[in-house]
Formats: sequence, C-alpha cells, structure tokens
Amino acid sequence: MIIWILATLVGMGALAWGFRFAGQAATGNAPKFRDMPFGVAYGYVLGAVVLLWLGWAYLQGRSADPLVANKFFFLRIAIEGFIIFAIAAWLFRILGRSVGTAWTKKMFRSMPLTASFGILTILIYAILAIFAPAIAPYGQEQIIPGVAANITPGGDPALGGSPDFPLGTDQIGRDILSRLIYGAQNTVGIAFATTLLAFLLGGTFGFLAATLGGWLDQVLSRLVDVLMAIPSLIFALLLMTIASVWAPELGIPLTVFMVLIIAVIDSTRVYRLARAVGQNIVVMDYIEAAKLRGEGLGYLVFKEILPNATAPLLAEFGLRFCFVFLTIAALSFLGVGIQPPLADWGTMVRDLGGFVNYAQFAPMAATAPLLAAGAIALLTVAVNFVVDWMLHKSSGLKE
Amino acid sequence: MSDETPLVKMRGVKLEGRSDETWNLIINGVDLTLARGEVLGLIGESGAGKSTLGLAAMGYTRDGVRISEGTVEFDGIDLLTASAATKRELLGKRIAYVAQSAAASFNPAHKLMDQHVEGPVQHGVMGRGESEADGIELYRKLRLPNPEEIGFRYPHQVSGGQLQRAMTAMAMSCRPDLIIFDEPTTALDVTTQIEVLASIRDIVEQFNTAAIYITHDLAVVAQMADRIKVLLKGDEVETADTRTMLAAPTQDYTKSLWAVRSFERPRKPDVITGSTPVVSVQNVDAAYGKVPVLYDVSFDMHAGRTVAVVGESGSGKSTTARCITGLLPPTAGQIMLDGEVLPPDYRKRSKDQLRQVQMIYQMADTALNPRMSIGQIIARPVQFYLGLTGGAKRKRVDALLEQIELEPTEYYNRLPSELSGGQKQRIGIARALAAEPKFIICDEVTSALDQLVAEGILRLLAKLQDDLSLTYMFITHDLATVKAISDEVVVMKDGRVVEQGPKDDMFKPPHHAYTDLLLSSVPEMDPDWLTNLLAERGVDNIGDAAVDKM
Repeated sequence: MIIWILATLVGMGALAWGFRFAGQAATGNAPKFRDMPFGVAYGYVLGAVVLLWLGWAYLQGRSADPLVANKFFFLRIAIEGFIIFAIAAWLFRILGRSVGTAWTKKMFRSMPLTASFGILTILIYAILAIFAPAIAPYGQEQIIPGVAANITPGGDPALGGSPDFPLGTDQIGRDILSRLIYGAQNTVGIAFATTLLAFLLGGTFGFLAATLGGWLDQVLSRLVDVLMAIPSLIFALLLMTIASVWAPELGIPLTVFMVLIIAVIDSTRVYRLARAVGQNIVVMDYIEAAKLRGEGLGYLVFKEILPNATAPLLAEFGLRFCFVFLTIAALSFLGVGIQPPLADWGTMVRDLGGFVNYAQFAPMAATAPLLAAGAIALLTVAVNFVVDWMLHKSSGLKE
Repeated sequence: MSDETPLVKMRGVKLEGRSDETWNLIINGVDLTLARGEVLGLIGESGAGKSTLGLAAMGYTRDGVRISEGTVEFDGIDLLTASAATKRELLGKRIAYVAQSAAASFNPAHKLMDQHVEGPVQHGVMGRGESEADGIELYRKLRLPNPEEIGFRYPHQVSGGQLQRAMTAMAMSCRPDLIIFDEPTTALDVTTQIEVLASIRDIVEQFNTAAIYITHDLAVVAQMADRIKVLLKGDEVETADTRTMLAAPTQDYTKSLWAVRSFERPRKPDVITGSTPVVSVQNVDAAYGKVPVLYDVSFDMHAGRTVAVVGESGSGKSTTARCITGLLPPTAGQIMLDGEVLPPDYRKRSKDQLRQVQMIYQMADTALNPRMSIGQIIARPVQFYLGLTGGAKRKRVDALLEQIELEPTEYYNRLPSELSGGQKQRIGIARALAAEPKFIICDEVTSALDQLVAEGILRLLAKLQDDLSLTYMFITHDLATVKAISDEVVVMKDGRVVEQGPKDDMFKPPHHAYTDLLLSSVPEMDPDWLTNLLAERGVDNIGDAAVDKM
C-alpha cells in the first residue's frame, strides 16, 4: 500500500518535470515555463490527476450496475450540483450585466462567479422564506391523512417515490418539501432577527466604548471578556435549559428567549469588532475637527463614525449571520432550539438522521436528512462567498 | 564618463498602471542612461512617476503596474527578459534600493545587524562573521554613533535619521554597482537630513557607486547629483548637468519649479503696543500623562498677523496647538482669547469660543470624512454655528467654495477621494472659514504638498488673511514657508520657546545658537552648499550631533 502511494507520488514528480520540460521546449523557453518552480509544476499535475479521478468517479456513478453506482451516488450528485450551480450563477451574472441600472451593471461586471452564485442563492432563499405559505404545497404542521412515511425523493414510482410528494414524506406523514420551505422562513428568519439584534447591541456599545473610552470602555470590555471566556454553545445550551423552565411560567415563547440569548452571546464578537474599527476611526483628524466644533455624541457616532465603518461591519454581518444560523440549527438539533411542530432544518436533520445509515445500499433514502443539512450548508457557503467578495472590494485589493 | 557601456540603459520605457479596470500610462517613453559611479537626480511632483521609473530601472514594478514598451538594460543584461534566477543574482547584490521610510522598511522583529547580513550571506558574498565586521565598518563610515554596538539594537531603538543611514549601510553591504534612493530624507527634520545627506554622499563617492536619487526637493538634489532629470506627468522635461540645470533651465516647467521659493509677503506695520492680542499663550506647561512636554511657553498673536511656530518634530509645536484648541488642557498657565481666559478643556468652552478658534490639518486625507461630499463637509459648520439651512446654507457654501477658488457646481457633490491633494487642503481651509473664525491654526498645512501646489495654498491663505483680517498660527518645520508667509516667528525646541520676534529680525544675525543651526541646515540651491557647510562647520558639528551639544 505504502509502496503504491510512494510510487504514485514519484510518478507524479516525474510527470511534473516532464510537463515543465515539454512546456519549455514547446513555447521556446517562455518566461512562464522557464521561471516555473518545481512545486508549481507538481501542482498542475496534481490538479490534473484529481480532475481525472473525479471524471472517472462520475462515470462510475452513472454506471448501470447499481452496486457500483450507489457507491459513487453522492459524488455524482455533488458534481452535477456543482456544474448546475456554476451555470446558474454564470447565467445570473449575464442577466445582471444586461439588466438594471448603470450601478448594478457595473457591480456585476466586476463580480466573480462565486459572488454571483452567493447572491443568486441568497435571493432564492429570501423568496422562499418570504412567500413560503404561497409556495409550499402543504402546511408545515399538516399531517396528510392516509400517507405512509416514504422518504424517497424524486417522485418516481419506479424507484419507490410518490409523485404527489416530490421530496417524500417524513415518519408521521408530513410533506418534506413543504417543511423545507417553511424551514427557510423559521430558521433563516429567526437567524436574521437574532443577528440584527446582536449588531444593534454590539455595535452601539462598541462605538460608545471607542468614542468615550475611559472607565466605560474598561467596564464593557471586561464584561465582554468574561462572556467570551465561556464556550458559546455550552453557554447557550445552559441558558436555554434555564429558559425552558421560565418560558411556560412567564408565558413567553421559548423562541424569544433563544433569540435574546444568542443575540447577547454573539453581540460580544460584534462589540470587539465595532470597538476596534471605531478606535481606528476616532483617531482621524476629521473626528477631532468635529469634536472641536462642539458636536454631540450622536452626530459623532452616526454621521462621522458609522458611515466609515459600514464595510467591515457589513462583512461581519454576513459571517455572524452564518454563525447564528448554525448555532440555531445546532440548538434545534439538540432539542432546545425551535420547538416542534414548527419546521426547522436543525430539527429535521435530527428527526431524519437515522436514515443516513442506508447510504451504503439505498442512497436515495439517505438523502432525506441531507436535504435539510444541504440547505444549511448551501446558505452558509453562499453568504461566505458574498462576504468574501465584499471584503475584497472594501479592502481595495486589486486581483 | 560614458566611454564604455553605461551601467543602466533604459530606452523608450513606457509604464502602465491598472486602475478602474483599464491600463493607464504612467511613464510615457522615457530614456535614461547612467554611467558607472554617476549620481542621477530624478525630480518631479508627486504623481510624476519618479518612483515608478526608479523601480523600473531595477526591472521591477509594483503590483498593478507593468512595463508595456521599451528596454531596460543593466550592465548589458536585458532585465525585462532575464530569468528569475538571473534577476535574483542581480537584485540586492549588484542593485540595491533605499526606501523613503526606513522605519516602515525594516522588520521590527529583528536586530539591525541580522537584517544587514542577510543580503551578503544569502548571495554568498561573505560569511556571517565577515559581513558583521563589514557592517560595523560601514556604520562607522556613515558616522553612526557607537558603530560596534548599534547593529545589535532593534529598529525602534534608534532614531529616524540613524535608521535611514543603517538602511544605506544595508544597501551597501554587497557593494552594489547601483543604489536607488527613493526620497531617503523626505521624512526627516532639516538638521537630521543634512547629516544623512552628507553620509550618503560620502559613501557613494568612496565606493564609486552609481545612484539614482529620487526626490521632489530641488535643493537636496543639487547637493547630491551629477546630473538632474526632471519629470512631469510621465514625460521627461529636460536632463542636464546639475550646474547647467541650476544656472540655466531651458524649459518653462523647470523654471517655474525654480521660482517657487520667490513668494514672500510684504512686511506689515508693527503691532501697536498695548493692543490686546487675539490669542495669547501665557506660561503654559503641558504633559502627556506624567511626561512633561511643554515648559513655560508664552507668546502673543495679534489680529491680522501670521505667527510661525518653528521647530523639529518633538519640539512641542503641535502640542502647543492642542493646548490652544483645548484638546490637551495645560497643567499650568492659561490661554486668552481677546483678553478673556479660555476654559482649558474644549468641552467646557461655549459654542462661540469654539467657533473663534479653527484648525487646518497637515494631512487633508485624514482631515476630511471620506464618506461625506464636499458640500456636506463645508455645510456642517455653516449650519452648526450660524444656523443657516436650505437655500441660505447652499448659498453660503457656494460663496466659500468660490473663496477657495473652486467652482461650486463642479465640486459640491464630489467626495474627497475625487480631489487632488491641493484641492483637499483647500476644502480644509473652507471648512475652517465656514465657522467665520478670528483665529486659525495651520498645522503643517503645506508639508504634504508639492512645491507648486504648496505655493498656491500659501498665496490663498495670504489673500484670505488680507480679505478677512484673520490671525494665523502657522506651525511648520520648513523655513522657506516661514520666510514666505510669517510676520512673527517663534522657535521651539524640547518644549521651550528658544527665541521669538518679528520675521526680519529672526532671519538676520545674531541668532540664538539653535536658530542658527536650524537656518544653516536648510539646503540651498547652490550645489556647493553642503561642501562649503561641511568645510565651515566640520562633520561633527552638523545634525543631531550639533543639537546634542546644546
């Protein structure tokens, strides 16, 4: 085994050397090949080998022999998904370049494909979340009578699916597609509200600490240090357990407590960023000029500091949203987050999680929990792509 | 001189920079020839492409810049087509570079000597021990204090002028054929600058190194260069021997550069004795935390006059300004405005007191909020102090823009980033004027600007003073500026006022020893100035060494 691996590595090394040599000979010693370090040549060869393997695996996934095809089923789906998304993002970017105002056209022209994919995905999620009741074929809590659990997606009767329920039904006969769509509303909506609250808290206190400094800064910063010293998920879990006792007594939905708890915990991270960004702005001469003019605190924070801090804060908003969203999904998965019968992706993963064990011989059945997990992953990736792009833009880096 | 092949031969070099997704021409076909052991001065305003051209002589371009046409040859080697390995052999070993800010170019985590020996050891020129011994020798030649010991300090433990010389030593470490100096003394005080200039000139002569000396200061280049090349917006204006160029520039642009320093205001009548000064600084002491920075500073500023406060960095000029504005309440003494005592802390001052004292900053980039339009920036004090809104506000802003000689309709909606450095500084002036103050503090307002632009700002300030009978406190380290604009001069050193009086008295002997040193350290256009000064005072009696003796 080890010998095989070593032989492959050495073989690739030889290929890399040959590749560089051939390149030098073919292009008449062009600078690109002449100055190419061996590591880069090796990288090219490695990339080519991985691509070849993926192509081979994809063909295996489409094999007629179900035993072989099942083995590569998920890789096949991933590759197909990747290509479909790439094409969709490309088309979306072309659309953006030809439709809209001059400003949006310019924005789309300089946009990388990853960012256009991110924006497209976020748009689709937003539409699904806002119009969930109109789009979803069934209610999120609706148990459809006379329907047995059938988690096979695809709606193809030949493969065991049901044409009425394109993504199948769960253990107690609820439509998975409808629950996924409502899940966008619940999970994403609550995550968005929580992130907003976290930014309101963290941003306000962060800017105040940066502008005023002194003892206020000390008190707030040490408080935040204490809160950050406790592992956030465990802290949230602990507080949620306490809240689940209080919630029925006070008659307040547990979800409200969840929003508050996660917002406070996440606002500590926002606080640190806002304070750091604010401190860099506060030392600028234009702030000094405004102070000497006799401007009040409100003008300083909202007119002078905030407009200059939007780029990093917006980028942080995207990232923070992902973390909040994952925390909510994690809490729901652990059973203390969004409570049934509300549809939520974290809960769906937990409820259907057992089916993952079928992945070996019935990959279609194993997709049921992965749909909700995939929805989480897709949004996280999309938001991060957009954030990366925005950070890159605001940092003023070229290429 | 050029009997053999020149060391550097650039022909028809065009450089392009990438911005807004297109390539724009930075250097438009410039030829450059440099013989062995020759020093070429490269001068021009910021944005003329001096640094870009200097780097191109090494076959190097910054990110986002490319050489689109032309050839660059170093000692017969074509640098543009040379392989990475060939270039690695040349750069650092035969071609070295000295950057403008030594403080930003040294790695703060390593000692000077460790960084010094890196080049020779990497290139295999010398072993580590040999290179260290050579480093000490170079430090001695560059007249650094304690040459045996200074290499074992970290960059933050030595002063700016010393760091710049350590960097020159580092560039010399492989005995290169060519050194490119990119504004090596621009960030230094005059007394430090002269020392660095003398050291650089000596060592370049000693090792017969060729050099390209990039600067915007004509007087400096006159001391250093054998030949001068003038650049304007990427085009060569003219090239000539230093003496020829200084004596008889042929092009209009060069002549205008030479003439900048001619601006001087007529002398104003003496202050009527017994009149109340607009601002009076009385026996002010100040401290940052527990560290005292000002000791018993007193001077008066009378209506319609300009008081220049001169001194090196760290002398307490800006701190005095901070005391007057109330940002740093003095520990003793007081500030009087129109004969009334001002509260020491700006937060305790009335809106009207704040309005009377305005400030213009050195760096217009950081003094204007980048997210506000020009209109908003100027309108804010108009609205805040004078309570004007709507049409009246707009009218006032337009009038202010006209006063600073910018077309209102064109500039009202622009952002600061869409203006040039000089225009930004004008906006800073308009913002100060918008408050309709009596007294304006100008903190090094021209030191970040090119000479032609700076002169325009000085003329504008002088005109505004005549029209509005403003009082200026003009903080600067540049004595040419002092000569041009001031009525009275206050010389500061180490937080104390060393000498003060009317300008004419200050520029005429006898001086206080420190004033004398400051005045004599300002480079003059005469190419023999440095040589004569060194002959007169001796190498140990210039720069920091002389300051320390006081």
